[in-house]
Amino acid sequence: MSQTNQLMKSSPHVHDGDSVTNVMEAVIWALMPATAMAVMIFGWTALLVIVITTLSCLVTEHLFLKLRQRPSAIADRSAALTGILLALTLPPHAPWWMCVAGGVFAILVGKQVYGGLGYNMFNPALIARVFLLISFPAQMTAWPPVTPLFSEQSYSLGDSIAIVMTGKVGAPELADAVSSATPLGQYRTETGLGKTVQEALGGGYGGYDEVRAAGGLIGGSLGETVRCWGRWGGGYLLRKKVITWHIPVSMLAGCLVPATIFWTYDPAHFPDPTFHLLTGGLIIGAFFMATDMVTSPITSKGQIIFGLGCGLLTYLIRTWSGYPEGVSFAVVIMNAVVPLIDQYTRPRVYGHMA
Amino acid sequence: MFGFMHGGGESAADGGSPALSAIEMLPIPQRLYLPLRQHAGYPSVPCVTVGQKVGKGEVIGRADVWGSVPLHAPTSGTVVAVTACPTGHPTGLTQLAVVIEPDGAERWSEAVQGMVDPLNAAPSLLREQIRAAGIVGLGDECFPSHLKLTPPRGKRVDLLLINGAECEPGLSVHERLMVERANEILSGIQIIMRIVSAKQCFIGIEQGKSAAIQAMTQAAWGVAGVRVQGVPAMRPHGVRQQLVAALTGKNLSLGARLLDRRLLVHNVSTACSIHDAVWRGRPLLSRVLTVAGGGIARPANLEALIGTPLRHLIDHCGGLQSGVDQLFLGGPLLGQAVNTQDVPVLKSSTAVLSFLPAAGVAKPQQPCIRCGRCVEACPMGLVPAEMARRVRKGQLMRVAELQLHDCTECGFCGFVCPSHIPLLDTFRYAKWVLQAEKWGRQPPSVGGGHALSERDGTAGEPAVVAPPAVVMAEAVAVREEVTVGSASGKGARAVRAAHAARAAKAAKASRDQAK
Repeated sequence: MSQTNQLMKSSPHVHDGDSVTNVMEAVIWALMPATAMAVMIFGWTALLVIVITTLSCLVTEHLFLKLRQRPSAIADRSAALTGILLALTLPPHAPWWMCVAGGVFAILVGKQVYGGLGYNMFNPALIARVFLLISFPAQMTAWPPVTPLFSEQSYSLGDSIAIVMTGKVGAPELADAVSSATPLGQYRTETGLGKTVQEALGGGYGGYDEVRAAGGLIGGSLGETVRCWGRWGGGYLLRKKVITWHIPVSMLAGCLVPATIFWTYDPAHFPDPTFHLLTGGLIIGAFFMATDMVTSPITSKGQIIFGLGCGLLTYLIRTWSGYPEGVSFAVVIMNAVVPLIDQYTRPRVYGHMA
Repeated sequence: MFGFMHGGGESAADGGSPALSAIEMLPIPQRLYLPLRQHAGYPSVPCVTVGQKVGKGEVIGRADVWGSVPLHAPTSGTVVAVTACPTGHPTGLTQLAVVIEPDGAERWSEAVQGMVDPLNAAPSLLREQIRAAGIVGLGDECFPSHLKLTPPRGKRVDLLLINGAECEPGLSVHERLMVERANEILSGIQIIMRIVSAKQCFIGIEQGKSAAIQAMTQAAWGVAGVRVQGVPAMRPHGVRQQLVAALTGKNLSLGARLLDRRLLVHNVSTACSIHDAVWRGRPLLSRVLTVAGGGIARPANLEALIGTPLRHLIDHCGGLQSGVDQLFLGGPLLGQAVNTQDVPVLKSSTAVLSFLPAAGVAKPQQPCIRCGRCVEACPMGLVPAEMARRVRKGQLMRVAELQLHDCTECGFCGFVCPSHIPLLDTFRYAKWVLQAEKWGRQPPSVGGGHALSERDGTAGEPAVVAPPAVVMAEAVAVREEVTVGSASGKGARAVRAAHAARAAKAAKASRDQAK
């Protein structure tokens, strides 16, 4: 061989071989145990919600890029990831039109109007959840009890389709169960009426204990209920170095440290930190939502500030705002602060002042 | 091989590490091609005629000015030509070279004489000896060593730092030299300390390289003022800011002068050749380089005569694997693609690399997802993702605010970027346009970042082809314009217009090709 390839490359000539598609795929794989558990716990309706939401994300991405005369980017898996993440923030019996509206909003308003992947300011899945929560508060807070697949309480596939497609519950005798509150909602409503935490969560409510919560066997949105599995997936991402420890650890600290302080101060009115850890979407938010690379700070120092902010806001919203759960609001609010954080947490360049 | 990089992990391009293979002497090739410009500064002037017999170590290129160094015949033989030969540059440009046909006798020239008592000799004599031996820094810069050993009036060196880290990942030249020639290196260090009258010397060696640390510690035993120090093997210590920080704790910017801090940095291979030059009188006739990469059948560390064609090295290493068509002179991050194996080994050549096609470079470019890996990888503490974003937006002045000029162009950011954004090319482009503006010229009409921003949010195109080609074409456009622009008159204007038109056409063609 006398002449080598005439296509000249400039340095660097090597690459570690990773790609955006690989990153997205890794996150999707990490979500799989949690997703599978959601389906196990809530039955076929969960599967329908996940499939409809993901499909509507993919279709919106494809059509909008076509409209912008860009090559379709659904192959990069980012739209599919947004769809799965959004589905995990929805209630298990979310009607089909809400899934579609959320998926379209996430991709269209959450991402593509900013210029597509990499340019959006807010986490697309969470901004869509916030949109749905504000627009359809009743449907977004209808928490059915857990109906594990293949158990006595579970709905048949036909009933599940009826629930998601028509909003009607197939088995009338189960209808009254639909209105059960999540532990966070129960705590806020009842303590608001002057009860103590113990009275609110014990006795007549009976839906909360640590073991059931850790296993995900309490009502809530799909992703909220799969804590240990979410953590498992998060560990996978950390090991694969897709995410770093900074955001998850600081976000958990940001919520649990004030929770500990207030609980120590007044255990009758402030629940213990394990309650905050094991209810709501704190874990899935810390590992999967706040760690979205596009909408989180780029430096480690900034990520710690961001995580602390997310955690603290979550605690504030859960404890004093009008909403019982605040992970999505907290992350979205902190998303808006990211450019500012980035501005002030640039690393020190050699020989320059910080 | 690349395990020390943040978030980098094992590279797909890692093709058999030659880290532990001993230095082999490469047999003399049939012809040697010796370009006359192998160092920074004025090139040497040929002083041989075709047909002339030369002895090993005889001067074939004269150094007429103090800033230049002479070039020597690496072995005895006959000068067969003084002609243009290809050099290791992607343009394929040629330059004047002396071609020698070795006679195999290895007959030394009588002029080669070592010094008798160098450690008590006057520094000026030592410098002259080093200059006469054609010694240059054997890292990437090839700055003549005698100049580096001449501190300006009023400056002095207290502390000598010896860099034992490799210039780039994947190389093991310095490691093998330290293991095999520790005593020579120490001797060279003592000569350097004598010349600049440094009282102290730290030798920085990456902590993982225990054999090298052991050998150097042993050699340094009892030598006054010399200390071997392990440095963390996390970032490229070939970048001297890291070495200085690791060894002294001082935090220097890219533009800072080491001499202002009374520091001097040399690397181990330069110290080794200074020993040879001073004690044995041997000029710089050969150098050690790593031949590696998945495309090479038998990776090795070779000591090759300067001027040996790459083909000879590659054949010695069992040839290229089938299906490999890329060849690089230099390290994996900073080396240059060469388009022919006729390119000779130069004093600056640290490695010859060839990668299997699956090396993972030519993947489609994807949008930046702000993952922050480039920030973690940057040895200078820059934020490459943000810099690249501003370049794409055409906010070049705001790129400079982010200390663009502290970018050492090490290429780590591009290595780890999962979006395969040609970050290094983007920064070279930005530096270039900023420089052009400093000269009072408008950036090229296709520039201003628009040529790059067209690609935002798109995927599916090969990342390596388009932006560099556009950048190159633009760079050529401005460079030619500036060169020609220094002439005056009507003729020059016409030529300038023609150049500009041609360059614009080239830029358009390469963009079309990219689409």
